[in-house]
Parts: sequence; C-alpha cells; structure tokens
Amino acid sequence: MRYIAIGLTAGFFSALFGVGGGIVVVPLLMLAARFGQRSAMATSLAAIGLIAFAGTVSYALRGDVDYEYGLLLGLPAAVGAIGGTALQQRVAGPALSYAFAGLLAAIAVWLLV
Amino acid sequence: MVEILAAVVIGLLAGALGGLFGVGGGLIFVPALVLLFDFGQVEAEATSLLAIIPVVLAGTWRQHLYGNVRWRPALVIGLTAIAGVELGVLTAKSLPEETLQRLFGVLLLVVAAQLAWRARRIS
Repeated sequence: MRYIAIGLTAGFFSALFGVGGGIVVVPLLMLAARFGQRSAMATSLAAIGLIAFAGTVSYALRGDVDYEYGLLLGLPAAVGAIGGTALQQRVAGPALSYAFAGLLAAIAVWLLV
Repeated sequence: MVEILAAVVIGLLAGALGGLFGVGGGLIFVPALVLLFDFGQVEAEATSLLAIIPVVLAGTWRQHLYGNVRWRPALVIGLTAIAGVELGVLTAKSLPEETLQRLFGVLLLVVAAQLAWRARRIS
C-alpha cells in the first residue's frame, strides 16, 4: 500500500518535471518504508528506470520526445555517471557540494528571470 | 556538429555530477535543453526522460551487483507510477510552458538548498 502511494507520487512528479523522481522516492522510502539510505537509493534507481520509461512512452505518443538529443545526452551521461560514482568517495566534500548547489541555483535564476 | 559535441559533453558532465551528488541527470538535462538548445519546456522534459533511461540502467545494474536493490518494492513503485505518470504528463501539457518552466526553477532552488543543507551537516 505504501509502495503504491510512493509510486503514484513519484510518477506524477517525474512526468511533470522530466526528472527521475529520486528526490521524492528516496526520502519516502526512508521515512515511510524504513529503508536505509543505501537500499533506498538503489531501489529508487531501479524504480526510476520503469518510471522514466513510462514517461518517455507517454510523451512520445504525443510527439514530444526528441530521440536524437535524448540519446546524445543519455548515453554519455551513463558513462559519466559511472565515473562520478567512482570518484564520489575520493573527491566529494562540503566545498564541492556548495559549488554544485550554487550551479543549480544559478541555473534556477536563469530559468526564473 | 558543434551542437552534437556540446550535447555529448553536457551529457558526460550531467552524468558525472549526478553520480557524484546522488541526484539524477534530469535536473541538468532539462535546463540544458531549454537554455542551450532552444527546446520548449515540455519537449525538454520529455527528452530528458529518455536520456535518464541509460543512466539509471547502468546505475541499477551496479547496485544490483552490490545486492542493494529490493526488487519487489521497486517493481510495485515502478508499475503503479504509470498512473501517476499519465496525470503528470497531462498536467505538464495543460500548464502554460512559462509556468512549467518557473515551477522547474523553483524545484532546482529547493534541490540546491537541500544539497547545501546536507553539506553543512557533514562539515
């Protein structure tokens, strides 16, 4: 029952914003289903595969998906993600997190004005 | 040609940043498509969802090998999400694109604040 509620929320959020939905699934799994952080993140990833697929199909049926750019971004990103995850233990620290937070905030302002 | 190269570089960077900070590539894909490649907000979101698939497949495979994935809850969440996805797509398409873009901007600010908050707690 809890998983159904998480799924509905995550699907809505993911399709509305075009993001995976980990931002909602991970905390919900930890708070509502008592997952530890590691299994919450791993389980969320597996669920997001299905959610993103469903979202892609739904938008594609309406003619909104640009396949060329989707693959041009997505395939290198898979390689980058493997590298980023491997680096995480060595380089991640508060300074880098602040820098990334600053980058996201700057993009947000660019979108908002 | 330049655009293709730019897309590949942004893809690599988005993936690396996502892996480093445990956030999905979508937060970067969507604004990159809107701001750098002149996509409309809805088209950018739709395309971002496609781009996310290879990233999460690679991540899920690794996590599965580590034994961290709990498959039953993942499947229940993923399958029931389909109903939520339909509602999300309908909502996104019914909103004016500018409103949707602003909402996305707010989402980015929230994530940025959350990252800074987490960094503050660790340090």
